Amino acid sequence: MTNQILGALELGLVYGLMVLGVFITFRILKVPDLTVDGSITLGMAVCAMLTNVGHPGVALIVAMIAGALAGCITAFLQTKAKIPPILAGIMTMSGLYSINLLIMDNGKPNISILGSPTLFSMFQDATGLDKHASRIIVGFLLCAVVVALVEFFFTTHVGLCIRATGDNEAMVRATSISTVKMKWIALAMANACVALSGAIYTQYIGSADVTAGSGTVVIGFASVIIGETVCVKKTLKVQLISTIVGSVLYRIIIAVAIKTNLFPTYFLKFVSVFIIAVALSVKPVRNWINERKNRQRRMRDAAKGGAQDA
Amino acid sequence: MLDIRNVYKTFAPGTVNEKKVLKGLSLHMAPGDFATVIGSNGAGKTTLFNAIAGTFLTDEGQIFIGGEDMTFKPETYRARVIGRIFQDTMMGTAPNMTIEQNLAIAYASTKKGLRPAITRADRAYFRETLARLNMGLEDRMKTKMGLLSGGQRQAITLLMAVIVTPDILLLDEHTAALDPLTAEKVLAITKEVVAEKNITTLMITHNIASALELGNRTLMMDDGQIVLDLSGEERARLSVEGLLQKYREVKGKMLDNDRILLS
Repeated sequence: MTNQILGALELGLVYGLMVLGVFITFRILKVPDLTVDGSITLGMAVCAMLTNVGHPGVALIVAMIAGALAGCITAFLQTKAKIPPILAGIMTMSGLYSINLLIMDNGKPNISILGSPTLFSMFQDATGLDKHASRIIVGFLLCAVVVALVEFFFTTHVGLCIRATGDNEAMVRATSISTVKMKWIALAMANACVALSGAIYTQYIGSADVTAGSGTVVIGFASVIIGETVCVKKTLKVQLISTIVGSVLYRIIIAVAIKTNLFPTYFLKFVSVFIIAVALSVKPVRNWINERKNRQRRMRDAAKGGAQDA
Repeated sequence: MLDIRNVYKTFAPGTVNEKKVLKGLSLHMAPGDFATVIGSNGAGKTTLFNAIAGTFLTDEGQIFIGGEDMTFKPETYRARVIGRIFQDTMMGTAPNMTIEQNLAIAYASTKKGLRPAITRADRAYFRETLARLNMGLEDRMKTKMGLLSGGQRQAITLLMAVIVTPDILLLDEHTAALDPLTAEKVLAITKEVVAEKNITTLMITHNIASALELGNRTLMMDDGQIVLDLSGEERARLSVEGLLQKYREVKGKMLDNDRILLS
């Protein structure tokens, strides 16, 4: 079981930045962005090609740039072509499937990077730690650095304007700031995070697969929501950190469920959707229960009062 | 400061819903002019504001702000020199962000970039500005905007509009949704801020008393034109009843015209 938990922790950290990216669009810009499934695979593809030619560090950076470009395409479709955000994301995601195959050696669905040095293997060689420890430390460091940068970014003026764009677009426009520009920046940044996560995943797992990204966005939403339920304070810093925590918790929940034979592995996506559905319906259901209770109390009181009057 | 020359605007031209809203409207405002705008619903008051703010391109005519031809400039460009407040108290601020963050967005738009949006000096300045509202908001700068009352939000929206002194301030019935006492307070703040910074201001109101009391000019709009432009001696002598009388005269004239058309 310890192995499973360790594996879940590693995977949670690897996918943490993807969840961070989903958080930026889903919760800050308040527009769900479905580009994620495509941009995470884009990150994997780019990273696999560059890692294989011996540049594992550059691979991560180029993957981020590629992800940012993917985000820009979605932003273009949303803001210039005026396509509804959900559809714009789906379009970029589908288009990226072909682009990813193109990047992966002209149409190979799977590329192995086994044998090439990765950040994880380099760290392991340099420190002499064991495989799990070095994976967790590298994953943690990458998440910490990116979360810190994103946190700082959202305290700058551009960052505040992006947050306000999600909150009240009319107000931002009234202060002479282009909300179109803000959406471009936010979508580029979010997808850069997602692609970076994909790149880390490739170096972690040792291969890139063109289908590995499908359903990622759902996992992202589920993790964001899990993170929010354990998030104690509603400050931005805590919220950003909670995306990583949510990602790890999601993996642990899944690992435990699979280990205890609660469901077979292929049920993963169903369970993700189930988690989202339950988490999102907690509030309305709670309201409904409260309202019902109130109603019953009022009716009881009225009945009692009526009896006394008589 | 503001020069509007012969502006026309027709909505849905060529359809059955065609509506000529601005019909050759001209207006000149000297720097520091504070004009109140009255007129019945549909007279074109808000459309005039939209034309100035650049929400749409006018069909004919020109608009100059501070000597610059703004006729073809987009809304976001004009917003640098225009502050605008609406009746809806939810429109001017971001509800899930704190008071200081809201102020910072309006304040820092001149020094943009990737530096922290709120420095210690900014915070001190916001505190000082908020203290002048006498609403105790200077001690609640980390409170979310959405938790404030409509009056408090509108007062802060006003601060945001003038925190970088605009060339033109457009107030579109900004106290209409407030209770009488709060409205009075927000009007008093408006008066003070406008006078202190000497901002050229246009204020739409349906309150005839404040239309005469505030500012140095009163404009009456009707049917897409400015039909009455009161200032100086004439305005000072006019009573609320007198202005209402003029209002009826204008409307009466229009009714007469209709009768002529119909007969």
